[in-house]
Amino acid sequence: MHIAHLLASSMGGIRAAGDLVARMQLSKKMRITEAKEYVADKLHVTPLDLSDPTLMRQLREELDIGVVTGVPGIAKGMAAKVRIAELLDIEINCVEQFKKKTGLVPGPKAAGT
Amino acid sequence: MKVLTRMGDSSNVELTKEELRTEFEQGSEYAAKKAKVPVLTENEVDYLVDMFAAPTRIWGCQRGNEVVMTKDGCVNALNSSRMSSGVVAPVNREVGVRLFESMLGFDSMEISHNDYSVKPQRFLKALEMLHVELLMETTIFPLLYGFMPNLGLYYRPDGSFENPSDLLPIGKIDEARRTQEEAGKACLDDCIEMSDCMLEMGADGIDFDTVASTGDAEFYSVLQACDHVANDTGLPVEIGMSAEMVLGFHGQLEYNGKRLAGMWPHQQLQICEEAGCAIFGPVSNTNTKKTVPWNLGKALTFVKACTEIAEIPVHPNVGMGVGGVPMFETPAVDVVTRCSAAMIEIGHADGL
Repeated sequence: MHIAHLLASSMGGIRAAGDLVARMQLSKKMRITEAKEYVADKLHVTPLDLSDPTLMRQLREELDIGVVTGVPGIAKGMAAKVRIAELLDIEINCVEQFKKKTGLVPGPKAAGT
Repeated sequence: MKVLTRMGDSSNVELTKEELRTEFEQGSEYAAKKAKVPVLTENEVDYLVDMFAAPTRIWGCQRGNEVVMTKDGCVNALNSSRMSSGVVAPVNREVGVRLFESMLGFDSMEISHNDYSVKPQRFLKALEMLHVELLMETTIFPLLYGFMPNLGLYYRPDGSFENPSDLLPIGKIDEARRTQEEAGKACLDDCIEMSDCMLEMGADGIDFDTVASTGDAEFYSVLQACDHVANDTGLPVEIGMSAEMVLGFHGQLEYNGKRLAGMWPHQQLQICEEAGCAIFGPVSNTNTKKTVPWNLGKALTFVKACTEIAEIPVHPNVGMGVGGVPMFETPAVDVVTRCSAAMIEIGHADGL
């Protein structure tokens, strides 16, 4: 059933830019049109391009924000999210926690450390 | 000429084009009458009739109209049992989440335990925290931590509180209300404890799922928990409902002066917005004795009433047995893809 929804309606996650639009919905409570326009503006593309896995595959590699296929040397996981936070001008919770744990920002260490 | 579609139990049914239109209209009228909201317009029904009359196996939204997906039930579809349409794949949660990110291209994901209620999850708190912490290091897409508040588990025989279902039939109304309030407080404490833990682990949000499954007392606890998580900690909250109407097991509970019992989706949306919710998931329960067009007409009417007034993203539930999708453990793609696309093109959903 998941695949049926993905085929019919999904932006495609990190295959395209669905993860970035989802972040704007979560962090800024943006509705879909506003969220797409915000991300498209930051990436200098059109909202239509955000669901295009051909265009976004190359752009994600250029921006080094993580790609869906296995490419050595490209930012993955936390490294990609550090760059996404900067690109979208938002705070990502785990990035902030990571900075605390590694001492990249002053302040108390994260819980458990 | 007959159109081949399905019933709410997923069995095949043939309808004429006129019968198809009538099904959509009657489903919409049912929802409109119940929730006191507008019916679908003639143009909208035209679109739906054309969509269902098309002989193609699958359907999709217009290119450019795609939306983002949020998810409940973690990877239960991979490694759980038939109860979650699970295929019992030998895949653990970490691998499963990575597969949803890469192979399936999901826009976001929810991490949760197979035993999906907050009460059992609280006993596994450290393990849950560790898995969230590790997955935050290795994934790129947003990850929410999620659970069902499931107030029912707090009542006897599963829990320590008296069961209102035992008290109500013998006329102990005040006692039934009191036990719901007391159990609701325990549930609230668990929801807050688990949410606060996941904030520290770096989660991108909290997903309260299948909300109000035991009625207004559970909804009240979730709204209070949402207020804490969203407004005190700043962590985004998604609230996915369990039913199209909030049952009044208590009957007198209010949030911000509004009675919770009897709320329909557009009213649930507004009270969730007041509590600080970031994404709202309305539900329309599938009637298995009605056709998919009838059920979809009903669901779209509820969803449209939400999206027309929403200030936050609306992600209608379109899993098994909700949002027009048949109540069957292997729903067919011909109707799932149509329900999916219709939620965007007619329901104007911001996500699913």
